[in-house]
Amino acid sequence: MKNLTPDFHLSRNAFGRLVYSHNDGEVHEGIVPVRAFPIQAPESGIALVSAEGHELAWIDSLTNLPEAERMFIEEELASREFMPEIRSIRQVSSFATPSTWQVETDRGNTSFILKGEDDIRRIGPTTLLIADSHSIHFLVRDIQALDKHSRKLLDRFL
Amino acid sequence: MNTDPLLAVSGAQHLPGAWRTEVESQLSGNEEILAWMEVDLDARLHFSPGLLLVTNHRILARLPDEMAWQDWPFRAGLALLQADHAGVGTLELHDDHGRLARWRYTLTHNIAAQRLIEHFEQQVESHATGQQAICPVEGICPNCKAPIPPDEDECPVCHREIHVPPSTWTLFRLWRFARPYRGQLLLGFLLMLGATAATLVSPYLYMPLMDEVLIPFQNGQQIEPGTVALYLSGLFGAALVSWGLGWAKNYILALVSERISADLRTTTYEHLLQLSLEYFGAKRTGDLMARIGSETDRLSVFLSLHALDFITDVLMILMTAIILFSINPWLALVTLLPLPLIAWMIHFVRDRLRTGFEKIDRVWGEVTSVLADTIPGIRVVKAFAQEKREAMRFREANRHNLLINDKLNRTWSLFSPTVSLLTEMGLLVVWAFGIWQVSHNDITVGTLTAFLAYIGRFYGRLDSMSRIVSVTQKAAAGAKRIFDILDHVSSVPEPTHPVHLDRLSGQIEIRDAGFRYGNRAVIRGVDLTIAPGEMIGLVGHSGSGKSSLVNLICRFYDLSEGAIRVDGVDIRSLQVAEYRKHIGLVLQEPFLFFGTIAENIAYGKPDASRKEIVAAARAAHAHEFILRLPHGYDSLVGERGQGLSGGERQRISIARALLIDPRILILDEATSSVDTETEKEIQKALDNLVRGRTTIAIAHRLSTLRQADRLVVMDRGKIVEIGPHNELMARQGAYYRLYQAQARNVDTEMEDTIVKEAKVTA
Repeated sequence: MKNLTPDFHLSRNAFGRLVYSHNDGEVHEGIVPVRAFPIQAPESGIALVSAEGHELAWIDSLTNLPEAERMFIEEELASREFMPEIRSIRQVSSFATPSTWQVETDRGNTSFILKGEDDIRRIGPTTLLIADSHSIHFLVRDIQALDKHSRKLLDRFL
Repeated sequence: MNTDPLLAVSGAQHLPGAWRTEVESQLSGNEEILAWMEVDLDARLHFSPGLLLVTNHRILARLPDEMAWQDWPFRAGLALLQADHAGVGTLELHDDHGRLARWRYTLTHNIAAQRLIEHFEQQVESHATGQQAICPVEGICPNCKAPIPPDEDECPVCHREIHVPPSTWTLFRLWRFARPYRGQLLLGFLLMLGATAATLVSPYLYMPLMDEVLIPFQNGQQIEPGTVALYLSGLFGAALVSWGLGWAKNYILALVSERISADLRTTTYEHLLQLSLEYFGAKRTGDLMARIGSETDRLSVFLSLHALDFITDVLMILMTAIILFSINPWLALVTLLPLPLIAWMIHFVRDRLRTGFEKIDRVWGEVTSVLADTIPGIRVVKAFAQEKREAMRFREANRHNLLINDKLNRTWSLFSPTVSLLTEMGLLVVWAFGIWQVSHNDITVGTLTAFLAYIGRFYGRLDSMSRIVSVTQKAAAGAKRIFDILDHVSSVPEPTHPVHLDRLSGQIEIRDAGFRYGNRAVIRGVDLTIAPGEMIGLVGHSGSGKSSLVNLICRFYDLSEGAIRVDGVDIRSLQVAEYRKHIGLVLQEPFLFFGTIAENIAYGKPDASRKEIVAAARAAHAHEFILRLPHGYDSLVGERGQGLSGGERQRISIARALLIDPRILILDEATSSVDTETEKEIQKALDNLVRGRTTIAIAHRLSTLRQADRLVVMDRGKIVEIGPHNELMARQGAYYRLYQAQARNVDTEMEDTIVKEAKVTA
């Protein structure tokens, strides 16, 4: 891919807000990058959205961006995105819901309460999205990749 | 230092033990902890424990991924900003020049965060003004030590449903429904006892038949016809008695179980109707229908058939065991030896089958869900020619169903033959031991025959008893799914001490309202007072929170923060049904129930007289088209009002709202789904409806809100502008922009009227 120079540049102000400055002089404070397909295609399609919720720019792929802009966006995404990926299920309090799950995720160990089996949703053939009682979404990217114990526990809820 | 600063304040007593010593070393002598919260996420959003404290001097923090403490003494200009996104809360500490710190936490700690902010703001203010901060008296949950929001009685953190695994014990909860029939149940049980005893008489008679009649005959003695007749009539009598008693027992118990399941069904449905919209939003229709329909039916079959059989079997085994031991203890012991083995096997398979059956239930729900999804949307399916895809989806769900059934059947199919094998082995043992005993003259041939006859039945029962395992599991799983509904407490709870309002004036006051749907804040900080009889137009882009606000006013949901008062009374302290009687609701998609038009109009007031119905229809401009229908007011309308146009259905639903004569009227996009011509007719009907009532109208077409006294412009959950049309136009703000954008799009005829009006008002 050719390295396109975008018609805007990003910076960060003293309040930690991302500032978008378009080449024609338009400036927006507190913009947020949003992934369009956070689960199925996280790397392609990122929109820069203003604080008012309007789309300012669409980025097909981060690799097309200059280093500085890419860093800002990745930094902001990292501090915004929260979808822990379950690596293993250590224990569940009961097979009936509500049930407290002790899990290992890519963001460390934690526990959450599963309110009902309906909160486990299939996204692809092997991908699950589990919403906890506070609507935090936990991702199981590939059921087959889990260890046997976790699969067995998970299986009871599917 | 005389007093322990940590113990001086109630808030600090509840600091988790792990933090206490660490925090203690940070505090100076006269420093008190006012509020604290755990921040459980670090800067990269990894789970890791940290702590945030507000004392009477400063705000103090230990970041999750660092060991060092940081602090910021209170001074003017400090501000804590809170925001949340996707389940993660963010607290930012700002001063006039920039951001000083940022903390992240999962929304589990949101309540603690709110309290912390409250205390922080009070402290900053008191440091700026020099006045003593007033600490609010805090309710603290004795269980989890989390603060309780002032307007709630129970701690929202630990008030969770109890964790009960779906065991066979769930079935015992059915006792609540069996209680009213305990007389019949007792009678049935006694009959069962008698019937079972009667069936056990015949093998006992084999003994004398063998020893006194057949064996002597083989040894050359004559058969006594009298003796034979006596024994045979004994056999016949026992069979007759057991037939009669069995019939009476089956009849009574089947009657009772059918009633129990009917009660269960009605209770579940009644409870379901009481649940809030939130519950219905999260559940699939097909699944709920399956639970109330087939699960209760399955329970009924279980109670009337399987459970009965099982109890009969247990009785029979007990009685048989007693008889066998009374005849010959040694042979009885050998006969009963395989029993523990079989019991163990049953227990072993039981667990596997239970999970399997639960799974099958869920898959079955999936299959029906596909149906419930597709059939109502059949027009869309056909329009986009996606029949094949829907068929595929169903096939896929069915395949999944098969797969899981196959897996379960592997275990299940092995089960019965194994029990049969064990039965044969048991018989073999009895034969061998029996022959040995006969050869030693310990027992007679007759005794052995009786034993074989008894255990033939005995093991036969074990075989059928093993079936109870699966049906009990199935029934328990079904019962659990039903109790899931019954245990669900409505998130719109009835007040314990309801306030009664006989007559509403219709004044609505919304104070600092906030509402969160899942992890998304839909309504934020809304303040609005609506005078009695005033008409308010709610305006804004879709998704700006208009419908949510209306749902909150109807109390379909409860607020997360703030309060809504009607005539000065918090709507949470009113009885839900009583309150909603005062509200008339006209929706975008009018829903007509199966029945006549008159019944549909009188839906909210079933005892309305015909005169009232006609008057309401007249006022709603529905009277004339109803008269044109072949059966007038008695015309039947279907599920979705087939045969009536959108405008006609809408006018019926307006008549429905008119009939209950509500003080508060809510029009949720009432005219959006019809053409302009029909809209005018509906508008006329609405004009009648609106008169003299507090009205909140949501409309996409701004022109329909012409008569509104005030317009409320919403954007992303907040009110951005309030005022009459002219004023808002003059202000050239959000409303002006909306209006302009629409004026450009609307057809010329509409534009003309708008322009004219704009000129008149300008």
